[in-house]
Amino acid sequence: MNDWTMIEAINHALANQMRANENIVIFGEDVGVNGGVFRATDGLQTEFGERRVFDTPLAESAIIGMSIGMASQGLIAIAEIQFMGFIYSAIDQILSHAARLRNRTRGRLTCPIVIRAPFGGGIHAPEHHSESTEAMFAHIPGLRVVIPSSPARAYGLLIAAIQDPDPVIFLEPKRIYRDGKQAIDDNGQALPLDSCFVLREGVDITLVSWGAMMKETLEAAKQLAQKGIDAEVIDLATIKPLDIDSIIASVNKTGRCIIVHEAARTCGVGAEIAAQLAEKSITSLLAPIQRVTGYDTVMPMFKNEHFYMPSTQRIIYSAIKTMEYR
Amino acid sequence: MNTQQNLNIEFSQYLDINGTLLKPLPATLDNEELLIALYRLLVLTRLFDETAVNLQRTGIIGTYAQSKGQEAIGTAIGRAMLADDVFIPYYRDIATQIQRGVSFEEILQYWGGDERGSNFADQPNDFSLCVPIATQLCHAIGVAFALKFQSKRNVAVVTCGDGATSKGDFYESLNMAAAMHLPALFIINNNQWAISVPLHQQTASKTIAHKAIGAGIPAIQVDGNDVLAMLINISKALEQIRQSGKPFLIEAITYRICDHTTADDASRYMDADVLQEAIKKEPLIRHKRFLSTQHFWTEEKDKALYHDCQQQIDEAVDRYQNFPPQAAGDFFDYMYEQLPADLLEQKQGFIQGLKHHE
Repeated sequence: MNDWTMIEAINHALANQMRANENIVIFGEDVGVNGGVFRATDGLQTEFGERRVFDTPLAESAIIGMSIGMASQGLIAIAEIQFMGFIYSAIDQILSHAARLRNRTRGRLTCPIVIRAPFGGGIHAPEHHSESTEAMFAHIPGLRVVIPSSPARAYGLLIAAIQDPDPVIFLEPKRIYRDGKQAIDDNGQALPLDSCFVLREGVDITLVSWGAMMKETLEAAKQLAQKGIDAEVIDLATIKPLDIDSIIASVNKTGRCIIVHEAARTCGVGAEIAAQLAEKSITSLLAPIQRVTGYDTVMPMFKNEHFYMPSTQRIIYSAIKTMEYR
Repeated sequence: MNTQQNLNIEFSQYLDINGTLLKPLPATLDNEELLIALYRLLVLTRLFDETAVNLQRTGIIGTYAQSKGQEAIGTAIGRAMLADDVFIPYYRDIATQIQRGVSFEEILQYWGGDERGSNFADQPNDFSLCVPIATQLCHAIGVAFALKFQSKRNVAVVTCGDGATSKGDFYESLNMAAAMHLPALFIINNNQWAISVPLHQQTASKTIAHKAIGAGIPAIQVDGNDVLAMLINISKALEQIRQSGKPFLIEAITYRICDHTTADDASRYMDADVLQEAIKKEPLIRHKRFLSTQHFWTEEKDKALYHDCQQQIDEAVDRYQNFPPQAAGDFFDYMYEQLPADLLEQKQGFIQGLKHHE
């Protein structure tokens, strides 16, 4: 067993799979000698050589387009986009091609690529370095969208993403890259890409979140317990496909649901979860579904980002209101 | 002074517009069988184009993009490439595709709105047509990377039009191919038009080839209506890339003597006199004149060849029209290797609700 932070777990998952499959290549901006601006690829070029781990010119569209070309000819491409805020230059390649290549050719050409990108706010970074636009990708048929929230899940989900035969957007919550360690066995075990994780069982209210927001959500559950409210906490983890069955099972038990996400509210992933609960489980609800989310504003620059991001207190307040609903 | 390379761009031509040979052909090309085979491909592509336009007009296929006047480019590419090179086409490359195992009926299927047309039965690795302009150039550098990674001495050959050379993906791909030493051949079909926008409004660059020089890629211009010049130069470029492992760019100068697609009406923006001048330079007439003077090509042989080509096309049209339709719900099945549970649920809902679509 190893004691790893999330960034270390990501680094070791990459290395584990690179050792297992010689057709995997890792590339992007500053991923080589520098090991990535967050050190996700630290030491990988030394171990696997410049042939398999390399820096590219600064051109996101070409990085993703190149991944598609590589994947079509039997390689497994793991591309790093340095920050999610810079992925938009590559959006045409992701939406028009990565997500569609299998369908367009009826399976003749496929696109086993992983696009890794740090995302989310809370690290006092410059403008464009704190985006949470996972819903944009979740809307696109043909993609998978995965967001880990702990070192162990980062390890297992990244391995699953690399082994998956279709394109995966793997968003890494950079605020918790180094937020505590977990004991992880470097055994190459993949976690499922279509299941959420129940992190805390409870009977009164279901709290659903993902990524760095799990931290505030779990803390809120802890404080709610002191007030006599027993919350169930679910880490969504796989944004697409979305494991609504596990959420429904939980809400059938609790009758109440709060969805917490950092991204803007309108058409966020929370809206999809709420819609599906309404479609499939409305009679089990004892109170309206609540969303605790970022606002429909630009993510403020860092002096004000704490106002934008859901806090533990906002989650608790929303949970109490939901419990009081009659 | 810093000198990257000579900024003069070579222009290569072997046949003038009268089909007169301007310089001796290399020994490999001085071969009657090959010269007739090239002519056959030009004719085949032209006749297929005409047939496809008719099929569109009668509602048998959807919008179709012609290659008329530009057949020499695709003919030469297909002839020069090795089977295990990889072709990344855009939508005026039928002449290449049919030499690489793609069938006419598959091409008709594609333009007939059926994805199965891109599931080439006899061509495993080539890309299918790419619609978003210039995006395919990025795929080509990835293919080139894979070929190099696999220690093959093969080349990724990619095409685009002149309009595509204004896009970011064009510049990003050229830059990356050169910086990373990737075996890619970029061939630009400069047909002077991006739908209705003429080249002089597309760029202030003297040539498109010059754009490659800035990226560190050697480039030449070739008469794109001269199938011999195209074949000689593409073959040479491919050999150079196989030796050096580095990219090369060919700007093929041609003219779109047709509408952009069947949904377009070029008479709205194309000067009729200029078009008439361009038609005089088109590749079929030129090559036929050359064959007539050099190789005793006769009207009789010509008629027989046209007849033969049309028959081949008509048979393909028959096969196309006899394809069984896709099963309802097939369009769910290729989104992922395995249908995720939520999508399976949608598919089942679709199948149950099929009566609403009838």
